[in-house]
Amino acid sequence: MNFKTLILASATSLLLAGTAMAQTAIKIGVLNDRSGVYADLSGEGSVIAARMAVEDFDAAGKGITVEIISADHQNKPDIASNIARQWYDQDGVDLIVDVPTSSAAFAVNEITREKNKIFMNSGAGSADLTGAQCSPNTVHWTYDTWALAHGTGSAMVAEGNSKWFFITADYAFGQALEKDTTAVVEAAGGEVLGAVRHPFPGTDFSSYLLQAQASGAQVIGLANAGGDTVNTIKQASEFGITQAGQALAGLLIFITDIHALGLETAQGLVLTESFYWDLNDETRAWSERFAAENDGKKPTMVHAGVYASVLHYLKAVEATGGKETEALMASMKSTPTSDPLFGEGMIREDGRKVHDMYLFQVKSPAESTGAWDYYNLLATIPAAEAFRPLEDGGCAFLAE
Amino acid sequence: MTTQSETGYRSEAAALPVGTPRHHMVIFAVLLGLLLVAPSVLYPVFLMKVLCFALFASALNLLLGFGGLLSFGHAAFFGSSSYVAAYAAKAWGFNPEFAILLGVLAAAVLGLAIGALAIRRQGIYFAMVTLAFAQMVFFFALQAPFTGGEDGIQAVPRGKLFGFVDLSSDLTLYFVVVAIVFGALLLIYRIIHSPFGQVLKAIRDNEPRSISLGYKVNRYKLAVFVMSAALAGLAGATKAIVFQLASLTDVYWTMSGEVVLMTLLGGMGTVFGPLVGAAVIVTMQNYFAGFGAWVTVLQGAIFVVSVLLFREGIVGVLAKWLKKPL
Repeated sequence: MNFKTLILASATSLLLAGTAMAQTAIKIGVLNDRSGVYADLSGEGSVIAARMAVEDFDAAGKGITVEIISADHQNKPDIASNIARQWYDQDGVDLIVDVPTSSAAFAVNEITREKNKIFMNSGAGSADLTGAQCSPNTVHWTYDTWALAHGTGSAMVAEGNSKWFFITADYAFGQALEKDTTAVVEAAGGEVLGAVRHPFPGTDFSSYLLQAQASGAQVIGLANAGGDTVNTIKQASEFGITQAGQALAGLLIFITDIHALGLETAQGLVLTESFYWDLNDETRAWSERFAAENDGKKPTMVHAGVYASVLHYLKAVEATGGKETEALMASMKSTPTSDPLFGEGMIREDGRKVHDMYLFQVKSPAESTGAWDYYNLLATIPAAEAFRPLEDGGCAFLAE
Repeated sequence: MTTQSETGYRSEAAALPVGTPRHHMVIFAVLLGLLLVAPSVLYPVFLMKVLCFALFASALNLLLGFGGLLSFGHAAFFGSSSYVAAYAAKAWGFNPEFAILLGVLAAAVLGLAIGALAIRRQGIYFAMVTLAFAQMVFFFALQAPFTGGEDGIQAVPRGKLFGFVDLSSDLTLYFVVVAIVFGALLLIYRIIHSPFGQVLKAIRDNEPRSISLGYKVNRYKLAVFVMSAALAGLAGATKAIVFQLASLTDVYWTMSGEVVLMTLLGGMGTVFGPLVGAAVIVTMQNYFAGFGAWVTVLQGAIFVVSVLLFREGIVGVLAKWLKKPL
């Protein structure tokens, strides 16, 4: 690993220079899906992002040695909990980042709290991480289901698409997503014409799509995730649903899904994300560097979140001059965040990182000018409105 | 080559004498000794995982190796028990021992219901009936409001054993788990070597003959099915307390397959085989976790090799060499 050599080299050079600065050794564990459905949107890319943050921060030059390790939790909470426990107990890990899949994130959230370390989540969606399950040791950086549902729901209604129909995965997550989005749509003056539940995981969505088509709704909301969403979109494309004038709204979908589906299939889909590589000069420059290390694949918002969260963490390490958990958390929450990817922002008391969110529409193949040119920006949702208000989360430790 | 109508493991197990061979007691003693010193070398949480799966595989082995019934739905008992124990400990604030007991009870009742129907069929039909019921349990776990859907039941408190032994320390909990699992293993051993166990083996080897001798075969089958379910439940409930988590992984059909794999790899119909099989598989999953999906491929490859080269399993082959039942 050339990173290790880099660390070794910088450590040695520091030793040679005479230890002028106090040395702090940090170990960061990148825990995510490296083999399954989320491997593209997190996976090795998140390790690259974390490494870039360490390099950009010039940690070695500031007397902080950083080691990055990674593991595959296979999207299973029990494996995630095992690895996290072992990392904290045996391997001396100080910070765990990424962790897609909400169930795995909850497991790491609990163990981090028990062991009094720090967990900065980028990949998982559940808004409960800063709500019912919130923890003083957790920062939820990139997005959450509340932000996605509200972003897509309210922005679509504001655009004049007021009649909705839901295709919902029939389990707790899908039902919650449908309920949240319904509330947003109705609050914004829209109307929900109906919903249909499909078994999880599903493969044949034709009958649900036909019902959605017949409902006369302007928007078909996809309250499902992962393979289910991808299959729904593929089959919707076969029915020509978007071409016939109905819009598909993905409530949990990422740029890697669009990349896998192809623009021909995914065109016209509306979705909310917190980061897109082609937003401004800074995101373009960073994404180009990232893509050079990641086989030409552009970063997802999850990768961006890992980069930004590690950067912010290292700033706190420098500011506090150590790695004492309470001091680091206090420093991270009191210092406004600033990075090239999410711009200016802050971490709220409950651990929610707050920044702008964006409503995108997937381009048609004719509009796209090249590889990874996938989105048209429809609307920017300002940070103040993008996330669930602090008092609505029901975060318990704030009341203490 | 002599023509042998019975497979190796059958003649092997059939040769087991009634009563308890002395070398088994020695092995149990060595095992206990090893378990007591192991946490000073290995990570206790990892050891507890091995122990839970060793018990789970032994429970299946009781049914498969000695009852001759291949259940492909044992995750239903393992998982439902872990959900019940987790819920009891978290929502009702039960002490861990009562939470585990309740989980075992739930698994036993479920075992009675599923077993009563499943034992009416044999062979592949039996396996399919158990698999079908296990899928229903999975669906229930996914849908029921108290199981937390795909998030599972998280942050289960480990609590205080009998109200005063604090289990939050890994090491304390480890010794409790050793006590539970070791006790259960001795119980399984006792069942196998009891007259009841002898009748079971007779039924396994020749059911029509057992019927003709006047045994009520279905009662024996149901009894061993319920015992096996309850012991699988004990493993599941203990795992829920150890990992403070009950999730869909525990009830998913791959879990049923994994435990069959552990049993076959270690040696079906041997006393110590499932322990070895569980240790091998869990160690692989733990140390090869970095390879991601390749772990399953590796497991598959190892399974193929073991079926081709040593069908009796690791301990089965060892027993053949030593010419002693293990």
